[in-house]
Amino acid sequence: MSGTIIDILSWALILLGAFSLITGAVGVLRFPDVYTRMHAASITDTLGAGSIILGLILQAGLTLVAAKLFLILVFIFFTSPASSFALAHAALSSGVEPILDADLRDDDKESSS
Amino acid sequence: MGNRIVHSVSLGAVLFAVWLVLSGHYTFLITTLGVLSCALVVSIMQRMDLIDHEGHPIHLTWRAVTYIPWLIIEIIKANIDVLKRILSPSLPATPTLLRVKASQTSDLGQVIYANSITLTPGTISVDVANGEILVHALTRSGAEDLMGGEMDRRVTKMVGEDK
Amino acid sequence: MFSAATAALLVTMIMALIRAIKGPSIYDRIVAVNMFGTKVVLMIAVLGFLMGRPEFTDIALVYALINFVGTIAVLKVFKYGDLARAHDDEEPL
Repeated sequence: MSGTIIDILSWALILLGAFSLITGAVGVLRFPDVYTRMHAASITDTLGAGSIILGLILQAGLTLVAAKLFLILVFIFFTSPASSFALAHAALSSGVEPILDADLRDDDKESSS
Repeated sequence: MGNRIVHSVSLGAVLFAVWLVLSGHYTFLITTLGVLSCALVVSIMQRMDLIDHEGHPIHLTWRAVTYIPWLIIEIIKANIDVLKRILSPSLPATPTLLRVKASQTSDLGQVIYANSITLTPGTISVDVANGEILVHALTRSGAEDLMGGEMDRRVTKMVGEDK
Repeated sequence: MFSAATAALLVTMIMALIRAIKGPSIYDRIVAVNMFGTKVVLMIAVLGFLMGRPEFTDIALVYALINFVGTIAVLKVFKYGDLARAHDDEEPL
């Protein structure tokens, strides 16, 4: 009985992951510039990867495989912001200007002082 | 100096735990080799002077236990918001570039804050300088949430620098 | 169910490849390739379950590390044209 509940839960997680992966990929195709595309890519890195790996962990049960999958999740959660930061920093410092609705870089500073 | 020994021991313990998870073979010979290789890594890191509170922040472990679940809930909320925006046909994005103040004084705290911002979909930190983080937000409302400073307060509390 | 996840991953990877080919800037391509790499990690893990060989997770773990280092290395080469030197002299943006 509890086996079926875990199965249903893990399938729901894997389906959610699959859905968010595809949506994130659609976002990467649809958004207009590098920075907005990176937001879409970060969905696939957090929700997509997270829920698929959690689903796999539920399938694996209490084994070494589950522990390894958890390590993969931890690595992804630590490395994905680092590489996104490096990418955004490199893009902005090499002069790729973002398409902006509002640029609060300076007036935020003035209002706080 | 005593601090350094604590960090070395905890680094060795973490390394050996990872080794145990990855290995899966627990005979005497192989486990001994595992202990030796962990000790070798710790001694090399000591020679390179890499062992300090930044590289191996064990003092944050217990506070992180309350911070990480909050961060995960924030990530899920932000994910749902960005998913909705991608799927709606008009693509209602209002990209915003802003500076937020990082009230943490240590580099470690600022790195944790910047990484938390980046990990949350809809906001990416682009630059960290002079106690401020330059953030690219996908939406105006996401930017305003960040300016509210809740995440900043929680990170400051986690690294133990609140008064 | 694993095959559904595999199919979704394949579709995602194809879309990432389209973005990597279309560009237009080098950074779009790196975003797409980085995303592709994460999807490869997931793909290896899911395939391990699909084919009944969960040992594949070891390979996925190694690939997760290589993907990160690879992205950083490509960025560094592209920005400085050199992997060896440290560059500390950056102006804040």
